[in-house]
Amino acid sequence: MADLGVPNLADRLAAATPETIAKPIRGLSDRALAWLFIAPSIVLLLAINIFPLIWTIYLSFTNYRANRPNAPIKGVGIDNYVSILTDADVWQPMQATAHFVLWTILIETVLGFGLAFLIDRKFRGHGLWTTIILIPMMLSPAVVGNFWKFIYQPQTGLFNYLIGMLTGQSASSFEMIGSVRLAPWSIIIVDVWMWTPYVVLICLAGLRSIPDYIYEAAEVDRASKWRQFWTITLPMALPFIMLAVLFRGIENFKMFDMVNLLTSGGPGSTTEVASITLKREAFESWRTGYSSAFAIILFVTVFGLANIYVKALNQVKSR
Amino acid sequence: MTTAAHSVVEPSPRSKAIAGTLVILYAVISMIPLVWIGMTALKTPSDAIAYPPKIIFTPSMAGFCDLFTTQSRQTEDYIKTLPPPTDTCDEITRSRGLVTAGPSNFLPRFFNSFIIAFGSTFLAVALGTLAAYGFSRFKVPMADDLLFFILSTRMMPPIAVAIPIYLMYRELGLSDTHLGMILLYTAVNVSLAVWLMKGFIDEIPREYEEAAMIDGYTRLQAFRKVVLPQAATGIAATAIFCLIFAWNEYAFAVLLTSGSAQTAPPFIPIIIGEGGQDWPAVAAGTTLFLIPIVVFTVLLRKHLLRGITFGAVRK
Amino acid sequence: MRKFLAVSAFAIAAAAGIAASSAASATTLTLCWAAWDPANALVELSKDFTAKSGIDMKFEFVPWTNYADRFLNELNSHSKLCDLIIGDSQWVGGSAENGHYVKLNDFFDKEGIKMSDFVDATVVGYSEWPKNSPNYWALPAMADAVGWTYRKDWFSKPELQAEFKQKYGHDLAPPKTYEELMQIGKFFQGRNVDGKTVYGAYIFTERGSEGITMGVTNVLYDYGFEYDNPKKPYQMEGFVNSDGAVKGLEFYKELYKCCTAPGMTNAYMTEGLDAFKSGQVAMQMNWFAFFPGLFKDPNVGGDKIGFFPNPAVGKTQFSQLGGQGISVVSYSEHRAEALQYIKWFANPAVQQKWWDIGGYSALKAVVEAPGFPKSAPFAPDFLKTMGFVKDFWAEPSYAQLLLAMQKRVHDYVVADKGTAKEALDLIVKDWTKVFKDDGKI
Repeated sequence: MADLGVPNLADRLAAATPETIAKPIRGLSDRALAWLFIAPSIVLLLAINIFPLIWTIYLSFTNYRANRPNAPIKGVGIDNYVSILTDADVWQPMQATAHFVLWTILIETVLGFGLAFLIDRKFRGHGLWTTIILIPMMLSPAVVGNFWKFIYQPQTGLFNYLIGMLTGQSASSFEMIGSVRLAPWSIIIVDVWMWTPYVVLICLAGLRSIPDYIYEAAEVDRASKWRQFWTITLPMALPFIMLAVLFRGIENFKMFDMVNLLTSGGPGSTTEVASITLKREAFESWRTGYSSAFAIILFVTVFGLANIYVKALNQVKSR
Repeated sequence: MTTAAHSVVEPSPRSKAIAGTLVILYAVISMIPLVWIGMTALKTPSDAIAYPPKIIFTPSMAGFCDLFTTQSRQTEDYIKTLPPPTDTCDEITRSRGLVTAGPSNFLPRFFNSFIIAFGSTFLAVALGTLAAYGFSRFKVPMADDLLFFILSTRMMPPIAVAIPIYLMYRELGLSDTHLGMILLYTAVNVSLAVWLMKGFIDEIPREYEEAAMIDGYTRLQAFRKVVLPQAATGIAATAIFCLIFAWNEYAFAVLLTSGSAQTAPPFIPIIIGEGGQDWPAVAAGTTLFLIPIVVFTVLLRKHLLRGITFGAVRK
Repeated sequence: MRKFLAVSAFAIAAAAGIAASSAASATTLTLCWAAWDPANALVELSKDFTAKSGIDMKFEFVPWTNYADRFLNELNSHSKLCDLIIGDSQWVGGSAENGHYVKLNDFFDKEGIKMSDFVDATVVGYSEWPKNSPNYWALPAMADAVGWTYRKDWFSKPELQAEFKQKYGHDLAPPKTYEELMQIGKFFQGRNVDGKTVYGAYIFTERGSEGITMGVTNVLYDYGFEYDNPKKPYQMEGFVNSDGAVKGLEFYKELYKCCTAPGMTNAYMTEGLDAFKSGQVAMQMNWFAFFPGLFKDPNVGGDKIGFFPNPAVGKTQFSQLGGQGISVVSYSEHRAEALQYIKWFANPAVQQKWWDIGGYSALKAVVEAPGFPKSAPFAPDFLKTMGFVKDFWAEPSYAQLLLAMQKRVHDYVVADKGTAKEALDLIVKDWTKVFKDDGKI
């Protein structure tokens, strides 16, 4: 399981447990040193990640509200879980999240791999253009979401203006974030714009990891470029592509900031992804117990999906 | 690879030209929103919301002035009673029928971003490097489980983590403090740092340290004098990724900070001018906020590619 | 790498510097409010306080869409950020019950500040909890309600007046009823005025905070919507979803569909101001708070702008109450200075200047002065409106009640989901659940 998504990690882990090397000349034993090195990180994670997680699990079985410190905390058993899993309104955000995650992954992967493949042709100035392409992913998602709201304005915004110019339609004939049909795509477009560069980077690393001699051998065998692509490039870059899918999947499953600022989940609840629902329950309704249960459900979902996915990834790698 | 006459893997000039054209086309299209942000920063508030949008306009510093100050619209009679304007921004503001009421919160927020992002990046990289070295070089019981545990902490949605953190910080008095935010961002980044750094350190041949230790170095000295310099590339790449996260983070910042420790991302989207959102000021803030991270990334860009795949790429 | 270390070291050193410098400064009061025109006017006004008392003022302004989230979060985490807070009317219940605000009765008695000197609706709305009991948690700071602005210059174009009269049989003038409002909206929708395509009306549709609720309630109240049975508290069936309420909700949707500008799907105060100022709409629904600023606007202000209060349905005429009172946060370390500010602010001369530079005083001495209606073109409408205001729930659970209404109304009006009756039925269901959880029913 620790083999999470890192090519060759298995080898590395095997190598990482060596026979004890030279004895320390003085001072601490290696074992003590090891703990000294690792402990600070573990302690920090225990304090800021694990302890809160356990607390969340506890709270999820209560009716606690963080805005009523004086009210008694009552255990309610699994009521919170039951009411979430049987509430039809909760499936809406789950569907919105799934739509968002699946489409962004698909488009970003195809586009990102395509760009990486092109950049790997090593044309003149590819370094400079790669750096330029990367800029969107350095922006703050919240700031991006807010600014795209401005760009998507049907009357005053640039997006409709440009699309209107290209298609000859009136710019205000469609509303990206206002219509039920287009709103789910408006958040996908922004995410693709922002995060395709990330996929480009990972795929580029994958393409660069393919040794030249394999292509040279293929040339000797007179394999066509097309065939080389399907038999060498794609299979060898696949673990990296899958890694990109994993990272983007996890990140977008957690998506909050960009969508919250761009659409606030609207129109109605069309783009209300799971994290927005969670935020509303936890920090607006202040139903701390209920929202803790919801948080646990989300965590288990992403954790479970990631686990299944990593198993698949490891199989691809070992082929 | 540079001048190898006709290497079989060197793409043909034609395929290079096509590839170059397509990549540049994509780059140009993806730059449009950023150029638009830059242009909006130089517009007046009314030009920014003109319809149809104005491509050609007279540049103005109003956006930057609005970013750093708060203004109030007053009548001409009232403005006449005030002492003369003290600086250019004051003048620009007055000419729009407004008075400068005071400084805005942008500078303090920007400063908070600086402290929290760089502070937590430094800590995360430092802790991550140590732990990575520990995992890489020593026999750690349950190393696999620990490593996976470290990574899994990154799978929690930030809002989910924020609920108990909020309660915990409230009890400990860490809400809205620099220390609280630095610790939190460090915790989020340290998992990434451990994994990235482990990849890099694994690649440093252990013979180097062994040789140094035979020469009389202790292990700590060997770590400092041999391993660290070798891992510089990895440290740089790790720092970029930690910094991009910490610099841009929004969800924790908006839920756990309010004034004294709030960073810029929750602040920029809420710059309200007279009535409506002050888009030139928002754009000006966005532009200024982007500059440090772009500079940092460009300075360290060579290391970026290696970092993103957890250092798994081998030369 | 060196560079990075140097920068980090600098950042940490700077952090230490900040901590040291903030400890050394003199008393500074922080006042928290929403980011909008009146807040900027208050900054200007407060310069007098600093000059007089030597106490520095700092301000934390947050836009309306984040205002409740941010500051309720602040109060709930017992933060010391705000010494003074101008909090929304709906927060009084929760803030009083959870001890976030300092009770002001003794202070008022000591300083001779009488609540009877303030407009009655504002005292009930902003200061009292429980409502209609002499327990004061705030001083009315900013009186406000929903009203309308319109383009006087467009309305007075002879050719438009003639065309309108021919089409509808009465003059093109500020509407007295919602029917007329929709006629005017349809009349302007898509019309070319001064070479630009313009639209009929701007109304609140925001999803994220309170926008669409604060808009739709204006219409709902007039059509007969009630929060609960006046004789039996918390009994909502047949009141929230009465036939009148259904009609009102349908009207709001029709108005949204027929007469608003494209893109106004998630719009609150600021979008309305932008739409009006950029000359897109003929009529704008908004809070009175913005009218002084709009009146002073170089492009659409002055002669070009007119104002009217909420239209009526038959004889029923209501407006959604806005506005806030100023409270002292009980976690503040500067309680004495904060009270000193309130004392200064309650002074009639200060209240008069408050109105003069763009705030809305709730002091009777200011608004009932003979010169008041003439002091601004929107002043008479404001006075009239303050006589028929109604407010949303002020229960400690108001946020949950609001979230439910936001979702159901937006789903129906903007996202075309279900019918008006279904939306209101769902609100009854959601609200009943909240009150059950609270043990009120």
